[in-house]
Amino acid sequence: MAPVLSSIIQLYGRRGWLWLAVFATVIFVVIPVLRMVVPSENPLYLSDYYVLLIGKIMCYGMVALAMDLIWGYAGILSLGHGLFFALGGYAMGMYLMREIGNEGQYRSFLPDFMVFLDWKDFPWYWAGTEYFSLAVLKILLVPGLLAFAFGWFAFRSRIKGVYFSIITQALTFAFMLLFFRNNTGFGGNNGFTDFKRILGFSLAHPGTRVSVFVVTGMFLILTLLLCRYVVTSKFGRVLAAIRDAESRTMFSGYNTRDYKLFVWTLSAVLCGIAGALYVPQVGIINPSEMSPANSIEIAIWVAVGGRGTLVGALAGAGIVNGAKSYFTMAWPDFWSYFLGALFVVVTVFLPQGVMGWIRSETK
Amino acid sequence: MLPIAGGADAPPGFLFQPSSHSARVHNTTCWESILLVLFYIVVMPPAAHALDAAAVKQLAAEDGEAKIEAINKLVATGDIAAIPLFKAMQEDALQVFNGRVVIVTDGVVKDAVTGAPIAAPPDKLEAVVVNNRIRGALDGAIAALRLVSPKRDERLTAAKAVANDASEEMLPLVKRAYEKESDAEVKALLAQARAVIEIKSKDPAVRRSAVKLLGESNNPQAKQILGALLQQNSDGSFVEADAGVRAEAQKAITALDQRFILPQILGMLFSGLSLGSVLLLAALGLAITFGLMGIINMAHGEMLMLGAYTTYVMQTLFRAYLPNSVDWYLVAAVPMAFIVPGLVGIALERSVIRFLYGRPLETLLTTWGISLILIQFVRMVFGAQNVEVANPVWMSGGFDLGGDVVLPYNRIVIIFFAAFVVFLVWLFLSRTRLGLYVRAVTQNRNMADCMGIPTPRVDWLTFGLGSGIAGLGGVALSQIGNVGPDLGQSYIVDSFMVVVLGGVGQLAGTIIAAMGLGEINKFLEPFTGAVLGKIFVLIIIILFIQKRPQGMFALKGRTAEA
Repeated sequence: MAPVLSSIIQLYGRRGWLWLAVFATVIFVVIPVLRMVVPSENPLYLSDYYVLLIGKIMCYGMVALAMDLIWGYAGILSLGHGLFFALGGYAMGMYLMREIGNEGQYRSFLPDFMVFLDWKDFPWYWAGTEYFSLAVLKILLVPGLLAFAFGWFAFRSRIKGVYFSIITQALTFAFMLLFFRNNTGFGGNNGFTDFKRILGFSLAHPGTRVSVFVVTGMFLILTLLLCRYVVTSKFGRVLAAIRDAESRTMFSGYNTRDYKLFVWTLSAVLCGIAGALYVPQVGIINPSEMSPANSIEIAIWVAVGGRGTLVGALAGAGIVNGAKSYFTMAWPDFWSYFLGALFVVVTVFLPQGVMGWIRSETK
Repeated sequence: MLPIAGGADAPPGFLFQPSSHSARVHNTTCWESILLVLFYIVVMPPAAHALDAAAVKQLAAEDGEAKIEAINKLVATGDIAAIPLFKAMQEDALQVFNGRVVIVTDGVVKDAVTGAPIAAPPDKLEAVVVNNRIRGALDGAIAALRLVSPKRDERLTAAKAVANDASEEMLPLVKRAYEKESDAEVKALLAQARAVIEIKSKDPAVRRSAVKLLGESNNPQAKQILGALLQQNSDGSFVEADAGVRAEAQKAITALDQRFILPQILGMLFSGLSLGSVLLLAALGLAITFGLMGIINMAHGEMLMLGAYTTYVMQTLFRAYLPNSVDWYLVAAVPMAFIVPGLVGIALERSVIRFLYGRPLETLLTTWGISLILIQFVRMVFGAQNVEVANPVWMSGGFDLGGDVVLPYNRIVIIFFAAFVVFLVWLFLSRTRLGLYVRAVTQNRNMADCMGIPTPRVDWLTFGLGSGIAGLGGVALSQIGNVGPDLGQSYIVDSFMVVVLGGVGQLAGTIIAAMGLGEINKFLEPFTGAVLGKIFVLIIIILFIQKRPQGMFALKGRTAEA
């Protein structure tokens, strides 16, 4: 136990842990108190809107961390991470659909969309979706296995660079088409929505919502520590070597395929968890989460924050999504311009992102 | 949606439009109606000069059944004078004034039977309600009456419509028209129409000969009609009670299948070729710039979109200033659709992309950002809705292969257009100095630089060229699908797949990949449906690059790993 503990402590310096503690206090204490304890007339009261927004951004932050792990540290740009996020979300969504019970529009034990399609029973792949434990297993396994299988084929034939990016984009695109079909059995266009409760607790209740929020915060911090552990280990150094000079690393006797495959699968699993935490908060999951545009946006979060820094990825997810929710309310027509310009400006003028810029300023 | 399965540019089955709507289900007509029809045939002389007043009056009856009965009566007289009346009814111009049926056109009221003008105050007029069922009956009635029109073209169109969609009441008329008909083509169609009706006859022998006739016809619906005879009712009995007729129907279906298989395969080949040429136009420019600079231009799809919008602008300009030659707007649109996206492409290369050489992944993100800006720009200028780009008259219509397969002219034009563009690109690459430079830089940039080739100039010129070719693709797309701000997004994934499959900077590879993807898609589609077909194709591509990661036509030797 002791060596594990000490290796965890070594992940960050004193200042790093301090920041983390501040962050944890805000997520676990300040926000729940502002939402639950402070009366709603008080200016400090936090409305559901902001709890949801911060909760969403934390989920995006986890995705950004996963993206930074493979792009920032292993140099693999995935344009399909939205797929793993959505698959995790769908796995959770299936469970949440079962939790609705017969309180849907049609008062049937089947989800509304199945009644609508005139299905008499659940298709086989819906078996066991009523158990939360199986849902958790699926959240981890489905994105993980898909990523493993895909990565195994891709890395085996040494697909890399833009080729890999394009193929991942095609992958998420194919899945989007598949999930758009009504007959695939995942609600088609509309996906899953109208959730009622999770683990028996009503999702309309503020207490449930704050609990999901706190759990999301916990997973975010755990993800950050895990990623930090991976990249500071020897494994992480090999990853960086692969990123910088793959051929040389191979000639030095490392099996780069296995390294890439591991980090790729890990990254996908993390995305799946983020998606699973996202769905009960926003209350909907549909195939548009798998659209190629969404996946590319993930890359820009990381690029804005600064690749290969982890914290930068978190900051990037926060900055871009904060700006998004502001723009889409204030000037909806200009969000696309802003986002587009962000892609251009960051890649041309700020290749190291905000973190790189801060570092060069403080030096 | 992207066109790997052809869903993007056209609804599934776009190429296989039946020449008319599928056979409408007819309500069984009551006995009286048939008797009445017979009565009128006996009593009324053919081609009576005045319309039957009682029947016209019945058109305005409250009850829908009575209206249809009246329509049938009028059809049975075979009097073409009823056509304007039916048309007026379809346009809701048929009204009632003081118990008289009148036609109201532009405020002028005329008696429906005699055509005499009537002074009727508009507030005294009462509209005759026409629902969809009656509208359908009117369509059939108009077609049936046109069978006896003196113009051959009109008779042919009418016979085509009736052959697919004949109702029992038309039988006497069809028979009469058949006897009078002198044109062989029209006569064959009338015989079919007769068979379609007689297949419901009470007499097995009549049914049997009708089945035989359908088996020899070119009627695309014949198979469906015959197949329906072989179905079983819910109580286990066959729809067709007579076993002999069933056997004949089975034989006829086999014969039809044999006769239609060739046109259908040709039709599939054609739609694959058509999809392939669209893909080729979309991906050609991308393949060249990717080969030359090693960057993926995510804004490439938007160059397609700009080309399509340029076509739209040219069409608008022609409509406003050259309305007489509006059909030729497309010819003027081709050079413009090359120049506009080409200039945009050059501007992009000079202002942004040239700073990112050697960083392919970043270029990918940057060009994506540029595509977002371009989409939003077009959305704000032209609106988020699709704009309407019409086919010129000389491109509409199609070539009938028989067996329900029609090759639309616009798709044929696009295939030739794609071939023409490929030819020009080939000329450029193999016969011009700049083309030589492009090939040199593609093979080895450093060496080319050392030999004094001005690589930056080659870069921006080629980028402009690639964007311009995409613009040409946009012209083609505007002719077969919707033109909207998102047009490019739906083609970008497909274009990439073509490039990945075909290999980098290889003209032949790109052509074969585009055509191959088009054909595979169209041949998978009937078995799997459009969406699953597309997914299968993506899986095939992913498996294919296992074997050949650099595409079908990889550069070999030292240049392979750049």
